[in-house]
Amino acid sequence: MASRYRIGQDPDYVPLGRRLLLMNWTLVLLLTILSCIGFAMLYSAANGSLQPWAERQMMRFVAGLVFMILIALTDVRIWLKMSYAAYVVSLILLVAVEIKGDIGMGAQRWINLGFFQLQPSELMKISLVLALARYFHGLTIEETGRIPLLIPPLLMVMAPAALVLRQPDLGTALLLIAGGGVIFWLAGVRMWKFGVILGGALAAIPIGWQFLRDYQKNRVLTFLNPENDPLGAGYHITQSKIALGSGGLFGKGFMLGSQSHLNFLPEKQTDFIFTMLGEEFGLVGGIALLLLYTLVIVYGYVIALRCANQFGRLVAIGITTTFFLYVFINIAMVMGLIPVVGVPLPLVSYGGTVMMTILVSFGLLMSISIHRDVRISRQGNDDGRH
Amino acid sequence: MFTRRAIMLGAGQGVLLTGLAARMYYLQVMERDRYATLADDNRISHRLLPPPRGIVTDRFGAPLAVNRQNYHILIVREQSPDVRKTLTILSQVIEIAPETIDRVEEDVKRRRSFVPVTVRDNLTWDEVARVGVNAPDLPGIIIDAGRSRDYPEGPHLAHTLGYVAAVAERDLTGDPLLELPGFRIGKSGIEKTYDMSLRGKAGTSQVEVNALGRVIRELDREEGESGETVVLTLDIELQRYANQRLSEYESAAAVVMDVYNGDVLAMSSHPTYDPNSFTNGISHKLWDSLINNEYAPLSNKAVNGTYAPGSTFKTCVALAALEAGVITPEQRFFCPGHLDLGNARFHCWKRGGHGWVNLHDSLKHSCDVYYYEVSQKLGIDKIAAMAKRMGLGDPTGIDLPSERGGLMPTREWKETQLGKRWQGGETLICSIGQGYVLATPLQLATMTARLASGKAVTPHLTRDHVAPDDITARSDAEFPDLGIPRQHLNYVRDGMNGVTNELRGTAYRSRIRIKGLEMAGKTGTSQVRRISMHERQTGVLKNEELPWKYRDHALFIAFAPVENPRYACAVVVEHGGSGSGVAAPIARDLLTRAQELKSSRPGVSAVNIQSASQILRTSSKKQES
Repeated sequence: MASRYRIGQDPDYVPLGRRLLLMNWTLVLLLTILSCIGFAMLYSAANGSLQPWAERQMMRFVAGLVFMILIALTDVRIWLKMSYAAYVVSLILLVAVEIKGDIGMGAQRWINLGFFQLQPSELMKISLVLALARYFHGLTIEETGRIPLLIPPLLMVMAPAALVLRQPDLGTALLLIAGGGVIFWLAGVRMWKFGVILGGALAAIPIGWQFLRDYQKNRVLTFLNPENDPLGAGYHITQSKIALGSGGLFGKGFMLGSQSHLNFLPEKQTDFIFTMLGEEFGLVGGIALLLLYTLVIVYGYVIALRCANQFGRLVAIGITTTFFLYVFINIAMVMGLIPVVGVPLPLVSYGGTVMMTILVSFGLLMSISIHRDVRISRQGNDDGRH
Repeated sequence: MFTRRAIMLGAGQGVLLTGLAARMYYLQVMERDRYATLADDNRISHRLLPPPRGIVTDRFGAPLAVNRQNYHILIVREQSPDVRKTLTILSQVIEIAPETIDRVEEDVKRRRSFVPVTVRDNLTWDEVARVGVNAPDLPGIIIDAGRSRDYPEGPHLAHTLGYVAAVAERDLTGDPLLELPGFRIGKSGIEKTYDMSLRGKAGTSQVEVNALGRVIRELDREEGESGETVVLTLDIELQRYANQRLSEYESAAAVVMDVYNGDVLAMSSHPTYDPNSFTNGISHKLWDSLINNEYAPLSNKAVNGTYAPGSTFKTCVALAALEAGVITPEQRFFCPGHLDLGNARFHCWKRGGHGWVNLHDSLKHSCDVYYYEVSQKLGIDKIAAMAKRMGLGDPTGIDLPSERGGLMPTREWKETQLGKRWQGGETLICSIGQGYVLATPLQLATMTARLASGKAVTPHLTRDHVAPDDITARSDAEFPDLGIPRQHLNYVRDGMNGVTNELRGTAYRSRIRIKGLEMAGKTGTSQVRRISMHERQTGVLKNEELPWKYRDHALFIAFAPVENPRYACAVVVEHGGSGSGVAAPIARDLLTRAQELKSSRPGVSAVNIQSASQILRTSSKKQES
C-alpha cells in the first residue's frame, strides 16, 4: 500500500528494510514474555493441562503476533486515512450488536460471525483513539481552545460509550471515556473544561444510577460495603483477596495455589488470573508482572514523546493509556480497590478478542514508532508542513 | 504542552501503579497471616466421624445391643457413564427393587455429580462378594461399610432396650453429631435413658475440600471415642425364660427383681416386637400393624401398664392397719360373704363367706370382708400413706423413659382432681385394690421387694457402669429402712406364706415344691368391669364365657425364698382370669428359675445373700430396741 508513494517523491517514505530495523523488537519481546506468563497461568488454571485454555491462547497469540507485525510495518499515514472509516464501521457494528447480538452472561456484546465471536466494543477501543487523534491532529492549538470545535469529538466519545453502556458493559464504557479523555487532555484542552465535564458527570450520577441494572448497582454497593454480602456479590472479591493474601511473599508455587485450584476463585482463567498468579508466585511474582507492564507503558510513552507528528503522539498515548487502564482496573479490582468491572488483564487473561485488540493496538504503536519522523499535514496528507 | 502533559499523565499512571504495588504488599505481606488462615478455613473442612455406639450387656456381659457391620451400595454419577444401565446390571447381580432404580436416578440428578447416592442397605456377605466380583461391569458402584445397631436378643428385650432411629427435628440440641446423615439416637428404653453415655465422642477428619465441597484428600484424622458400655442388671437367661412363659398369653407383663439391691433381673412385656426393624427405618406396614395391634406390642406394660392391684394390695392395707393399731394379728372379723355399708352391699369374692377370719387367714384366703372391716377403721389416707411407702402411687424412678406412676387416691386427691368428696364405700373398694387404685407391674414388684426386705428398695436396670466381669464388686445398695416394725412385716409375710404353702391357700397349687426355694405370694384378680346387680342375682358369668377384653386381670406377687427373701416378682396377665390360676404359676416358674440360675451362675456371691439377711436381722433388732 505504501507503494503508492514512489521513491523520491515522498521524503518521509521508510523502506521496508529500515522499517524492520526500526521495529521495536524489545517491545515485541516484552509482549511475548507477558503472553507466555499468561500461557503458564492458563496451564496452571487447567490443573496442568494445555486444554482448554493455554493451547488456544497460544495459537491466538501467534496469529496476533503476525498481524501485529504486519500492522507495524504499514505506513502510519494509511492508518491515519482509515481512522474515520474504522470509527464508522465500529459504530455501525455496535448498533448492530444492539439490534441483533448474542446475549451472554446477561449482556449483549457479541456478533457471531460463525468462526469468530466479534466484540465491536473492543474494536471501538482502537477506532475511537484513532478517530480522536485524527480529529485533534487537524486542529491547531488555538482551535482546540474553541468550544464548538470540541463538540464533535465529545459526541464521538459519547455515542459509543452510550451504546456500550446499554449492553451493558460498564467497564468498557469507562475505558472508552477515559481513553478519549486522555486524548482531549493531550491535545491541549484546558483543564477547567475537564472540570465542567466532570462536574456535569457527577451531577448526572443520581440520574444515571436509575439506568443501571440491578447487578451493576449491586456491584457498586458491594464494593462500598463488601461485608454486606460475603456469599453473594462480595464472594468473588473476598475469595480473590484471600487467595492473593495467602500467597505471601513468594507464593505457594506454580500450580500449587490451593484457592484457585479448589475453585474458590471464580473465573480464574479470565478476570481473576492475576489473583492466581499472586497466590502461586506471591508478591515477588506480582511485582515482577507489574514491572513488565510498567516497562511496556514506559515504552509507549517513549514512542509518543519521540514521535514527530501529532496523530502518532496522540494515538500512542491513547493506546498506552488504554493498556494502562486495562492493567490498573483489573489488578485494582481483584485486590478490592475498585468495584468489580469485567476488565481482563491484557495478554495474560484468556480471551481472543482482547488479545487481538491489544496486539493490533501495539501494531499501531509500533507503526507510529517506525514512522516517528514522518511529517503529516493537518489535512492528513503528506504535502503540507506544520 | 504535549510533552508536559504526557509526562504528567505518565507520572499519574506511575503513582497509580505504585499504589497497586503497595496494595499488593499490604495484602501479601502485612495481612498475609490473616489471609492464610482464611484460605485454610476455606480449604480445610472438619468432618465429624461418628463414634461407635456403646454396647449394652446383661449383668454377665452377654451382648444385648451391639453394632453390626452394615454393608451398603452407593453409586457415584460422575463415575458411571450410564446410571440406569449400571443399575440394571446391578439388579442382575443382587436383588434391587425396580422402583429403586427410578428413585436412585432421581436422587442422583438432584445431587452434585460426585456425591454418592445409596442404592441399597443391609447387604449380606454373599451379596457383597457378588458385587465385588462384578465390579468391572459396575462403574461408579461403591460398597461401603457402616455400622448399624443390632439386637441379638431381638424381641426378647425390645421394651427394655428400646431402639435407635434417625434423629428427628425436635431431637436436635446443637450437638453437631446429631446432624450427621444416618446418625441414630436412642428413641426409647435403655437406648434413650443412657443415650448420652452410649453416644460417645465424635472423631474429626480434616479434609481438603474445593469450593463445591468435594473432598480432595484427607489431611488429618482423629478417631473419636466409642460410647460407654452399659451393663444391665438383667439376666438374659431369666429374661428369655420370662418372655417365653408370658408368650403363652395374649398380653402380660412380669418383673423379677433383687429384693436386696433393687436389681431388675427380668422385665418382660408381652407381646413384643423386634427392635432391629427400627434401626434402618421401619416400614409403614409394619408400623401400622404394631400401632393398631389391640395388645399394644410397643408399650412396655411392665412400667407403662397400670392395673388395679386387686388383692395383692391387701398386704399394704394389712401393714397400715397393724401400724395404726386398729387390728392385732389375732383379731378376727366375721365374713358372711358381704358387708353392708349404708344402702350399699359389698361382696366378698367367696359367695358363701369365709366365716371368722384373722390376719393370716385374710391373706391366705384373700377375704374381702376382712379388709372392708379393717379399712373402715383405717380410712383411706392411712392406707394411701402406707401404699406410698411401699412404692405405689409414684414412679419408682427406674432408669427407663416414660415410666408411669399409677395412682394411689386420697381424700385430697379426689377433691382436687374430681371435685367430689370421698365416699366411705370407696375406701372399702380401695382396700381390696379396686376402684381408683392403679399400679404398674414394676411398682408391684417393688412393693413386694419392700415387703420382703423392710427397706425402701428402688428398682433399677443398671447400677454404676461396672465392667461386665466385675459382678462381685457390686456394692450393696444402701436403701433406707422403711420404718415398719419387723414384726408387722413378719405377720404379712407369714400370711403370704400361707397363700402358697398352706393347704387351702389361694395359690397352694402353685407352690414351689423344691426345698429351700419356696415362695410366699399373694394372688390378685382385678375386675375390669362392674358386676351389675342383675348379674349378681343371676350368677356372675365365668371369665371364660366373657369376651377377652372384659375378663379380669390376673395378678400375682411373690418373693422367694420364704426364709431370707432374695427375689421379688410381680406378674400381671391382662384379662387372664384369676390370679391364682394364671399369674401364680408364672411367678412360681420365674422364681424357681431365678433361684436355680443363681446357683448355676458364678457371679452372684453368697456374701450378698448373707448380708441381706443380716441387714434384715439388724433392722428388726432396731425395732425391738
